[in-house]
Amino acid sequence: MKLALKLAYRNLIGAGLRTWLNVIVLSFSFVVIIWLKGIMSGWDYQAKTDMTNWEIGGGQYWHENYDPLDPFTLLDSHAPIPAALQSEINSGDVVPLLIAQGTIFPEGRMQSVVIKGINPEQTIFRIPTQKLDTSTDAIPAIIGAIMAKNSRLQTGDVVTLRWRDTNGTFDAADIVIVEIFSSNVPAIEQSQLYIALDKLQEMMILADEVTTLTFRESKESRPEIDGWTLKTKSMLTRQVDEMIKTKSAGQTILFVILLLLAMLAIFDTQVLSIFRRQKEIGTYIALGYTRQQVVGLFTVEGTMHAVLAAIVSMVYGMPFLIWQAKVGWTMPIDASEFGMAIAQTLYPVYSLGLVVSTVVVVTLTTAVVSYLPARKIAKMNPTEALRGKLQ
Amino acid sequence: MKTILSKINLVTVLILFSLSVSAQDANKIIEKVDANMSSDNRIFESEMTIHGMRGSRTITSRSHSEGTNKSFTEYLSPASEKGTKMLKLENQLWIYSPATDRTIQISGHMLRQSVMGSDLSYEDMMDDRKLTDVYVATVAGEETIDGRRAFLLELTAKVEDVSYHSQKMWVDSERFVPLKQELYAKSGKLLKQMEMKDVIQVQGRWFPSTVVYKDMLKQGDGTEFKITKIQFDQEIPAYIFTKAVLKQ
Repeated sequence: MKLALKLAYRNLIGAGLRTWLNVIVLSFSFVVIIWLKGIMSGWDYQAKTDMTNWEIGGGQYWHENYDPLDPFTLLDSHAPIPAALQSEINSGDVVPLLIAQGTIFPEGRMQSVVIKGINPEQTIFRIPTQKLDTSTDAIPAIIGAIMAKNSRLQTGDVVTLRWRDTNGTFDAADIVIVEIFSSNVPAIEQSQLYIALDKLQEMMILADEVTTLTFRESKESRPEIDGWTLKTKSMLTRQVDEMIKTKSAGQTILFVILLLLAMLAIFDTQVLSIFRRQKEIGTYIALGYTRQQVVGLFTVEGTMHAVLAAIVSMVYGMPFLIWQAKVGWTMPIDASEFGMAIAQTLYPVYSLGLVVSTVVVVTLTTAVVSYLPARKIAKMNPTEALRGKLQ
Repeated sequence: MKTILSKINLVTVLILFSLSVSAQDANKIIEKVDANMSSDNRIFESEMTIHGMRGSRTITSRSHSEGTNKSFTEYLSPASEKGTKMLKLENQLWIYSPATDRTIQISGHMLRQSVMGSDLSYEDMMDDRKLTDVYVATVAGEETIDGRRAFLLELTAKVEDVSYHSQKMWVDSERFVPLKQELYAKSGKLLKQMEMKDVIQVQGRWFPSTVVYKDMLKQGDGTEFKITKIQFDQEIPAYIFTKAVLKQ
């Protein structure tokens, strides 16, 4: 085996430019695959971290009627805070939220909003709710940057908010935008308005009633509470998993094309080698090599392209990948339009498993592609091969 | 001292008496308004002009209604809305769309959505309760609206399930027809305004044939609802208020 490796290395280096062309194409595949997979891992990490920090915490209890995709459920999605969670609420480990529908009229334009009542002192979400403690004539409210852009609102603007209380009676009051925050989670920004929980409860005539309860610590098992549905963190981030799964499937097509190009080059090289080196093959057999050993020799030679490619990739790919992990990749289009928790700049995350699995897959593929043309050697007549006669 | 106390008592009694008289008068006025505006049944054709920011569009329709619980409307124009039918029975509302040949039921919170982009919600159209059933009225004064002397009534909700907590209503002092209405939020903010015009006499009752609805928080010139033809207390066949009529 050692001799085979030595021979394979010498043959490859001896082939000169032809080898290096193959190696460069293959190394390009290595770097691109690792980079793209790193971007996906980075997105997965960023999306889940941002969702945890801004939207879902460690998981939530939803009122049994609450469906965030159906605003018509909001009027019936509230109930008194369960007694079992009161101590956690007092200690700040659970944040209750009351959600209601409303309409704002910035400059006379009518715009539907979801009003979220939240405790200004909460620390689970990064939303700057402490600003809701501002003392003004109008109701202090916080909005996200996407909502501010869509409704053309700025900090300090006063706008009329109209809502219906629990009896269906219209009410209206002025709100003042005390803060505009920016997150990577469009779901908490688009058409969302945050005001103090006790104020919203008073406005809706729903004292002590809430729609969702978010807990700080992520636990897969929490007690069942009658009238409330437990939504664990993994359930709430399933959408991200599914999106990444879909995107990864799309990426696989690109990987296959890249590998196909590299493998085509290696396959051609192998075919040419076997065709041109028939005398050499005959000599190996004459020296006592079995046919399978010669096949093995050529397969190792082909596979060594992948090893060299991995080394070359390290030379130019590692600085590139490390640089990317630092500066990230900024998407050329506005990420907020995706409606998903996705940052404008994605920072790739490379795990050891990702790099090793990529190297193993590419090397194995190269080995298979190198072996396929080498099988022809097993059918060769050694005498004819020694004479260099075409077979 | 005794004289002062007796004077205070007299003033208090007079104020209470005048308030009581005012409430009684207001309720009588409201009853007269209800008598003009409510009927056993009615058939009418109307034009609804919605004035939006990008222009105006007019929708014509023919409606049948019976009491406060049954009504049926068929849209006649424009072509995009022609053939759309709306049936209200008790608290349920069905809409038939000829484009899809399907009937959908509008229920719950969907009833709060705008009708064809107008300033009216389905709920506004369906809420036919008599004013005397929902509001307590007082006479706040008299004013002149479009050259007509009108009582200014202040209405405050006496039931909880009402859309507008309070209203101001200017009622023609001779014809007992509302000439103007302002609808207020619980906070006292003016939300909607209605102006009634073109008061006509039909079958012995006075009726405003044009109503301009205006959402006061929104830009735009509101929605003009004009009744072009109306008949009260007609014989309406029972099948009109069945779901079968939607697909006919």
